[in-house]
Amino acid sequence: MSEPTSDRTVIADSLGVGVGVGLYGVSFGALATTSGLSVLQACALSLLAFTGASQFAFLGVVAAGGAPATGALTAVLLGVRNTFYGITLAPVLKVRGLRRWATAHVVIDESTAMSVVRADPRQARLGFYWTGLTIFAIWNLTTLLGALAGERIGDPRTIGLDAAVAAAFLGLLWPRLDSPASRLLALLAAAVALGLVPLTPAGAPIIIGGIVAVLVGLRFVPSTPRSDDE
Amino acid sequence: MSELWWGVLMVAIGCYGLKLLGLSVPERVLEHPLTVRAAAFIPVGLLAALVVVQGFTDGSRVVVDARLAGLVVAAVLLWRKVPFLPMLIAAAATAALVRALGG
Repeated sequence: MSEPTSDRTVIADSLGVGVGVGLYGVSFGALATTSGLSVLQACALSLLAFTGASQFAFLGVVAAGGAPATGALTAVLLGVRNTFYGITLAPVLKVRGLRRWATAHVVIDESTAMSVVRADPRQARLGFYWTGLTIFAIWNLTTLLGALAGERIGDPRTIGLDAAVAAAFLGLLWPRLDSPASRLLALLAAAVALGLVPLTPAGAPIIIGGIVAVLVGLRFVPSTPRSDDE
Repeated sequence: MSELWWGVLMVAIGCYGLKLLGLSVPERVLEHPLTVRAAAFIPVGLLAALVVVQGFTDGSRVVVDARLAGLVVAAVLLWRKVPFLPMLIAAAATAALVRALGG
């Protein structure tokens, strides 16, 4: 019944996600300057680090009065997931040498998500690059705009940008909740993270919640749905 | 160079290094069943934690505010397979509206 996905659909979906995610670089830029970063520092983060959640985590710690080094550690720990995205993507992307160095920069949540949902390897690559490069272009542009607008935007909450950030993570999580096991692990991670929020420094609940879910998954979720027992 | 710049630089180098590492891991490590399973679980765990931390906390406090309404709308739209951008806009608009109404 289902028709094979066309390349146009893959590109259109990637552009849609790319524009949607890229646009809230505005909120990063604005939050960065209201958190005490210069316009140049905000832009440097978006250009060089280019991983939204880590960038926001850095701001969160710095804005709360934490040392920049603590903020950086939180951001880098949060970036560990990109290593695993890379591991997932490597067999599909098959990049070597300079191409690998360049490609690595656009290994982020969204480019990975828009790649792994494609069964066809060529379309997986299309999804990865169109999503990653669209977000890179728009995210950097909107970071600059947001940083320049800075305090003039006022509180980003009045236009609901904080809810959009949470919704974006939910949107990224959604396609992964395709089994009872993954839904349970997501609930576990969420519960552990929320429980730790009052007790641990900013950033830690995310990492610990994630790690607990992974450990429980590795321990209790069978490696294949069907048993291989003789 | 200021302390803040050093922080920015550490984030940039650390995050890029982790991305490059992922693409450079040898294939025998890739094929290890434990790696494969962990790679599938990690985004689920971290993204779920990110949703609740971004959605239900303010500093070190757990709070329920207008963001909940935004997330509920987002979940319904995701369930109805609405694309990402309209979903984000609807979530933001819902939260903004609830706040404007004093929620």
